[in-house]
Amino acid sequence: MDSPSSSPWKQPLQAGVIAGAVSVLLSLVGMVATFKDRFIISGVFSMGQVIFLAPILLMAYSLLRRTAPQSRQQVILSGLFTGLVGGVVLAALVVIGKNVDLQAMFVNSSPILHNILTFNQPLVPGLLILIAICMVMGVLASGIVLLPQRVATAIIQGVSWILLIGLMRDLIITVTSRWGPLAGLVRLFFANSGLKPLGAILLFALIAGLNYWRSGRPAPVVKPAQTKERPLIYYAKWIGLGVLLLLLPPILGIFFSDILDTVFMYILMGIGLNIVVGFAGLLDLGYVAFFAIGAYTMGVLTSPELNADPMTYWQALPFAMIACVVSGMILGLPVLKMRGDYLAIVTLGFGEIVRLLALSDWLRPWFGGSQGIQLIAQPTIGNFVLNTQQELYYLFLLGVGIVAFIAWRLRDSRMGRTWMALREDEDVAIAMGINHVATKLMAFATGALFSGIAGTIFAAKLQSVYPHSMNFLVSINVLSLIIIGGMGSIPGVFVGSLVLMGSPELLREFAEYRYLVYGALLVVMMLTRPEGLWPDARRRLELHEEELEKEAQELADAESAATETTK
Amino acid sequence: MLRTWRQRITATDIVIWTIGIAIAVMVVYGSAKTLALGKYTTETWIDLAITGLALGGVYALIALGYTLVYGILRMINFAHSEVFMSGPFTAAFAADALVRLGWWNRFPVLSLLIVLAISAGVSALIAILVERIAYRPLRNAPRLVPLITAIGASFFLQYTFRGLYGSGLKGYPEMDIFKGFWMIAGIRVFKTQAAAIIGAIILMLILYAIVQRTKMGKAMRSVSEDKEVAALMGIDVNRTIATTFALGGAAAGLAGILYLLLFPVAHFYMGFFPGLKAFTAAVLGGIGNVPGAFLGAMVLGLLESVGPSLFLDGLGIPAAYQLKDAIAFTILVFILIFRPSGILGERLTQAKA
Repeated sequence: MDSPSSSPWKQPLQAGVIAGAVSVLLSLVGMVATFKDRFIISGVFSMGQVIFLAPILLMAYSLLRRTAPQSRQQVILSGLFTGLVGGVVLAALVVIGKNVDLQAMFVNSSPILHNILTFNQPLVPGLLILIAICMVMGVLASGIVLLPQRVATAIIQGVSWILLIGLMRDLIITVTSRWGPLAGLVRLFFANSGLKPLGAILLFALIAGLNYWRSGRPAPVVKPAQTKERPLIYYAKWIGLGVLLLLLPPILGIFFSDILDTVFMYILMGIGLNIVVGFAGLLDLGYVAFFAIGAYTMGVLTSPELNADPMTYWQALPFAMIACVVSGMILGLPVLKMRGDYLAIVTLGFGEIVRLLALSDWLRPWFGGSQGIQLIAQPTIGNFVLNTQQELYYLFLLGVGIVAFIAWRLRDSRMGRTWMALREDEDVAIAMGINHVATKLMAFATGALFSGIAGTIFAAKLQSVYPHSMNFLVSINVLSLIIIGGMGSIPGVFVGSLVLMGSPELLREFAEYRYLVYGALLVVMMLTRPEGLWPDARRRLELHEEELEKEAQELADAESAATETTK
Repeated sequence: MLRTWRQRITATDIVIWTIGIAIAVMVVYGSAKTLALGKYTTETWIDLAITGLALGGVYALIALGYTLVYGILRMINFAHSEVFMSGPFTAAFAADALVRLGWWNRFPVLSLLIVLAISAGVSALIAILVERIAYRPLRNAPRLVPLITAIGASFFLQYTFRGLYGSGLKGYPEMDIFKGFWMIAGIRVFKTQAAAIIGAIILMLILYAIVQRTKMGKAMRSVSEDKEVAALMGIDVNRTIATTFALGGAAAGLAGILYLLLFPVAHFYMGFFPGLKAFTAAVLGGIGNVPGAFLGAMVLGLLESVGPSLFLDGLGIPAAYQLKDAIAFTILVFILIFRPSGILGERLTQAKA
């Protein structure tokens, strides 16, 4: 790749073209224009600008990181050149868009986009500004590479926190609005959208400074691990987390509690799919089927529309659970012999069959056809009906708590180890005497059960179910979140769900692009970090087996070399 | 003999066979009842069959891409349905431009060639990009990993095109030469359907000839037999794989134009169902097998179009056509259970699946 004979400009040129192309794509897809009013720093810097400048910065940074150590001048020059090329590509988009009617084909090649790209200036100075800013991005990237590690980390941390805080403005304002005097202080930092410029500078200085100071301190001495007696602080941490989870709905208010409900519903499903995909290695693309079966069983049994003698939520719950387990087994039986790709397609087909049946006129007397089912019972405790988003949150929390506990205990049980053995190598596992029929069916049934529970609460929350909400995209949501969180990792499900399900709700503009971003994330994740954001220890070992072996080999070589020299 | 046979059978086999036989009985009973009722005339059946064959031709060309890629990489290119969508969606804009130029009905053959070339070109380009970015770096990764990138790539492409071209429906202009129908031996055949069937057969033959007769095709077949040995024989494996993706993509792009003849509306979601059906067709015919893909696609097209009326009407199911997709998926599930090697496939496939 880095053959010394190739021109030093070739790689920056390539990187610049790719970065420019990505920026052009993001502009044409409409992300830049959609995010134009979502300010990070009010009036100065919007998310739209971040979107078309970030590829250039990141591409230049990764290029400079990849290439062998160079002189300071060379680093700055190639950064500058990458930025220049990227800027020229973007400028070309504007020039072409202004002269040719691209909008007939690319709906987003609009004057709005051109104004954003030229920073609301007339064409020629605007283009020059655009190219200049892209070059600044390239220089920034080389700056990060050249600065000492400690300073660079502090700056990166500062910038990412500013981005995050700017985007989460609404959430932060809502949460702190009841904190009395503190609320006023927080409000000082924020404008109507994003941070105030001064606030941003203050926050940046605070975060970067703190980070710099912390990384300068000597690392704390690692105490030897205590196996038997855990310190009080260990329990205190968990109790604190539990109390926080219980207090969340009153803190957050109705709107954010609703988002939290969605997040927790997906955690519930994610934990279930994590057993099927993460533990047992069976890629299930029709996971929504069980969600649908849970929701529909609840609907059929409790809705007075379809039922002369409707049950209550709690009466119907066991039946819904049984229906899910049974359907999990029904799906499991025929696919016992299939692996990998075929399994994925068959499960996908199964999910679609369930949806099509729910939608069909044939089964309308039982499932309501395209009209769905209304008037589904809400859960009650005594005479108290759980019907607001904040109250239903506790039901989700309870469900997640139970299910996460079960999954966590299952993982380390005999069954869990059998699943993982099957995932590693099915033939060897069977040869070792593992009953693969029971094991696989157990995985499917457990996964189906958890998803079905999520379905029942979903039905109760909306008091209605429609076949249209049971589409393939739900399966993809769940799959994406467990893969991005980390396959086989239970904390990973929480992280994945919070990031993937929370962000489209918090950033309304993002919702339109969620599947585009999920798709890209799945690819990027598999290419760069297949173990996920919060990986399971064992899974990471597997995926990096070769590298670890190589490291071990190198270590052994070094040792043997050392012993030889001492001889 | 009986004893060994009895020992080999397990509880799961019994359950699966019971379900299979029950469905077979249902299909036979339903068909017999429908025919006995005589609700449909012979002409209706023939109409349905021709519709099915036209659809089958489209599926055959898409299925080719699945089969070629499966043959060479032993993986299902999940993003192929989006490769299929990208070409015709783009070509629909080119068709609009040609209409505005006034060429569309004045030079129909030239216009058709331009649209076909654009569609095939875009689809092939997308296929190559997907291979280069999402599959090549992961060729030696665990099985699940490239499958997940394929799903990711599929969604990325779908929503990228939604962003680029908008989420609305894009009409595909009708050509004068395809208006109306022909009467062949007393049977009414729409010109679009005839074009789809004939076009699919011709294109299939050309593509089959490329795979069987040219040097490039020979390289493909040798890489699919054994990558390492092929590399030792001086074949550029990476390039051959890229060519395979390009060929499959081009076939999908051509199929897309035939599809637009039958259903003249393009949109970002148009790839999902045809892609899945074409995959079913590839499996039905025996995946990795080019003539099998054609045969499987024709059978699937027929079953999908005739099936709902034939099998389900007799059972008293209202609005049976709503279940045509369900029939296709049921067929897929049952082939994979009872004969994963498909109609023309070798037994070998089972070991690899």
